[in-house]
Amino acid sequence: MDDSVKLQIKKIVGNANYFDSDEDRLCYSYDGTPIYQQLPEAVVFPQDQEQISELFKLANSVPFNIVPRGAGTGLSGGSIPVENSIVIVLTKWNRILEIDSGNLTAWVEPGVITGHFQKEVEKRGLFYPPDPGSLNVCTIGGNVANNAGGLRGLKYGVTKNYVLGAEMILPDGTLLKTGGKNLKDVAGYNLRDFIVGSEGTIGIITKVLLKLIPAPLLSVTILAYFDKLIDSAKAVSGIISSHLTPAMMEFLDNTTINCVEDFTGIGLPRNSAAMLLIEFDGRGSAVSEDAESAVNILKKNNASVVKTATDIKESNSLKSARRSAFSALARRRPTTILEDATVPRSELPVIMEKINEAAVKYGVVFGNFGHAGDGNLHPTCLTDERDKQEINNAHRAFEFIFNETIKLGGTITGEHGTGLAKKQFLEQVAGIPGIEMMKKIKAVIDPGNILNPGKIFSISPRCEGSLPLNREQIGNFKG
Amino acid sequence: MKDSKIINERLRGILPDDDVLSQCIHCGMCLAVCPTYELTKLERSSPRGRIKLIKSVARGEIEMTKTFSYEMNFCLDCQACETACPAGVKYGSMVEAARVELVSAGFISPAGRLIKRFTLGYLFKSHGRLKAASRLLYFYQKSLKRFLHASGILRFIFPKLAEIDKLSPSVSKVFSDDIIPEIDNPAGEIKYKTAFLSGCLMNVMFAEMNIDTVEVLKKIGCQVITPKGQVCCGSLHAHNGDFDTARELAKKNLDIFSKFEFDFMVSNSAGCGAFMKEYGHLFKDDPVYAEKAEKFSERVKDLTEFMVLVKKEIHFGELKENITYHDACHLAHTQKVVNQPRELFDEIPGLTHVPLEESTWCCGSAGTYNIVQYEASMQILKRKMENIRATGAEIVLTGNPGCYQQLKYGAEKFGVNVKVEHPATLFNKSLDKSKK
Ligand SMILES: Cc1cc2nc3c(=O)[nH]c(=O)nc-3n(C[C@H](O)[C@H](O)[C@H](O)COP(=O)(O)OP(=O)(O)OC[C@H]3O[C@@H](n4cnc5c(N)ncnc54)[C@H](O)[C@@H]3O)c2cc1C
Ligand code: SF4
Ligand code: SF4
Repeated sequence: MDDSVKLQIKKIVGNANYFDSDEDRLCYSYDGTPIYQQLPEAVVFPQDQEQISELFKLANSVPFNIVPRGAGTGLSGGSIPVENSIVIVLTKWNRILEIDSGNLTAWVEPGVITGHFQKEVEKRGLFYPPDPGSLNVCTIGGNVANNAGGLRGLKYGVTKNYVLGAEMILPDGTLLKTGGKNLKDVAGYNLRDFIVGSEGTIGIITKVLLKLIPAPLLSVTILAYFDKLIDSAKAVSGIISSHLTPAMMEFLDNTTINCVEDFTGIGLPRNSAAMLLIEFDGRGSAVSEDAESAVNILKKNNASVVKTATDIKESNSLKSARRSAFSALARRRPTTILEDATVPRSELPVIMEKINEAAVKYGVVFGNFGHAGDGNLHPTCLTDERDKQEINNAHRAFEFIFNETIKLGGTITGEHGTGLAKKQFLEQVAGIPGIEMMKKIKAVIDPGNILNPGKIFSISPRCEGSLPLNREQIGNFKG
Repeated sequence: MKDSKIINERLRGILPDDDVLSQCIHCGMCLAVCPTYELTKLERSSPRGRIKLIKSVARGEIEMTKTFSYEMNFCLDCQACETACPAGVKYGSMVEAARVELVSAGFISPAGRLIKRFTLGYLFKSHGRLKAASRLLYFYQKSLKRFLHASGILRFIFPKLAEIDKLSPSVSKVFSDDIIPEIDNPAGEIKYKTAFLSGCLMNVMFAEMNIDTVEVLKKIGCQVITPKGQVCCGSLHAHNGDFDTARELAKKNLDIFSKFEFDFMVSNSAGCGAFMKEYGHLFKDDPVYAEKAEKFSERVKDLTEFMVLVKKEIHFGELKENITYHDACHLAHTQKVVNQPRELFDEIPGLTHVPLEESTWCCGSAGTYNIVQYEASMQILKRKMENIRATGAEIVLTGNPGCYQQLKYGAEKFGVNVKVEHPATLFNKSLDKSKK
């Protein structure tokens, strides 16, 4: 990128909000995704919508690419820079603009941290359910862009179920406003839902209107240990088919249990093959009745131990232990490639077997955990990016798992997004007409292909330059 | 500047190895607890960013620059990120190694150099010297300083100096080791033999806390052994990258303490306790000291840690006070002592403990951080003081002299009506009222 262009960018955002030292570029060359990384040309923190709009106009005329970024906890490479790009970071846009207790809505800026927002609304007896494992760090903007799920997805749904409206700057610099406080709205195409899950490829979200619900009054947290993996999967299917709807039903295998226990030391069953963490919440006696029915199903499926958390403190520490699962697995090996395969819930026992099969077939080690109640598992390959052969085997194992997932009517990603990491598999899930439609939409909204190009799919013929792949491909510093 | 290649090689030599550097999976879970990231919202001021930078320097991808140096020193080394990291990344050892490298490559802030030369090289190496200097300081603080402060001359000459001056602890009128005998027996039978490090700073600046600690130990049936001739634990030197002096001091202490028989080595200063627990590691390859150090470190306990161990035998008296508790980083993050003080507060009849929001966040004291990085330290302290204000407590307790001083300063600067106390003082008051 030319110095004169950099100067123009600096002029738009102001000196204090422009960074292009080697150190800063390195520190925005990654997100939470393993292996992929690339250096941006510069990192900017725009102050208002006007500046973002100006940056878009400049990007189109020069041209250069723009990559939006929240907290950088994404697991599909959505906020990793591409060639000739600047990163627009939104973490400083962190004000909660309004909490409307009358309409049960809230306007927030995209950089608000999900967990902070939850605490604020809970102070008012309200509830914002989507709770990704990264909730203490990730931003609402990133959640909306990735349609993030979480532990409570089973009963309460995911981010898209809570987005009522948004404001977004489009790649031509115009401001799009969509949705509002109405719970029902069928005026025209549903642009609001289109924004959710767009992975920073069609515009930069600058404001979000979220739906809130009254907080549940009661909750019961159940823990169940299993000596056989397959029994835990059968228990999950059993609970779902008995028409019980826990708020969460989380699964951890033996490897994950041990890593999490190493970190937290809260007394998880190191010798069990699997454990389930289940929570029922709501109001009135139904909560404890449902919990009781679930306990019976767990016992019928050979759970070796079934117990309930004694108080809210214990329940919270169990949940935060579960949230640490992905990172805790790195205690075993330094590279943790986590996948996001999701199957119809009745197929859970089958996919678990297939994951084991993949491990044996390709000689790699998995830690497995996930939102079992949603049929969404995170088989995580424990490997070392410095060992090329093993990484290769890992990729082949994942290919096998993806193919099996798709055969079962599942999808390659339940909540982390396609980004860079899963785009090669998208066609198998979305189909050619599906991908073609996505590309056409992208081409209309972003004709210059300047906004997060090469994410989700590549526009053919490829015109976004080389995409970040691995460490070797990082260019050397000029300085 | 030196050839960067050589420096990088050396950095790799000091850091445990590439495996430690590779362990961070850049998930970002640590960003939530980092006070410096909270201030700048810049990735390079976060643990994840700093690890990336250290890794890049070690692997020869970038050179050490002023920005790199700035970020390594802007870090509080509070180790909150280590506590938060599910992957078990040893951040502390990385940043400390980077700092050592920066010093040997000639990167050091003038303020840092001054403090190092004056306090670490000269004063702390000898108990006697420190005491002599402190006597002078006491005189200065009692008379000259009052004049300078009152007259406003200080502020006029150098506005920041006046503030920094207030941050340095005032010297106690008496030094604790002048009062505490080498062997101090409890009134009744001797149930435990506990060794006690009077500490360099604790001895001359915080004598009252030491005296309270010894009182508490005696009241729960301990013989307290405070050997004469002991020296600074060495932590101040080690944190500034001077491991040679740190080892020299540690050896001296190991020699002196090994002359006595004791069950536990009780510490009332989080920083000293944390470092004495490291003696075993410090000498693991030393043919003479390895075993001695290992045995010593095993017995080191923070006062609250020790008290919980013998809780059954402690009979607290009623104390109608409203307190809150600030976790010193060296207790919560380095020693993982978090529940013990709270467990003890729960035992004291009549005591109300209001939990402090973000209690495990650094107060910004962090060794000499509050002097070298005054502005940042004050922003961090302000957040801490506002949290303390919100509890409405009359007393805030903390188990480390650095935090104690910082909070006292904060209470005055930000107008928070709260008294700062060491837990030993609270325990002593309660034990005084004990019926048994
Ligand atoms: C330990 C851990 C646990 C996790 N657990 C879960 C989980 O349980 N469920 C789940 O769904 N995810 C989970 N994730 C993944 C990740 O946290 C989510 O995808 C989250 O939504 C990302 O938010 P972020 O602020 O970090 O966004 P980033 O990673 O910075 O960005 C994510 C995407 O959003 C785009 N983007 C960001 N902000 C904007 C904006 N304002 N406008 C337009 N586009 C934008 C980026 O370009 C990128 O494509 C986890 C991650 C980690 C590290
Ligand atoms: S230090 Fe730990 S918590 Fe922080 S990014 Fe690295 S692995 Fe994640
Ligand atoms: S030690 Fe403290 S200041 Fe330094 S990176 Fe970790 S959390 Fe941040």
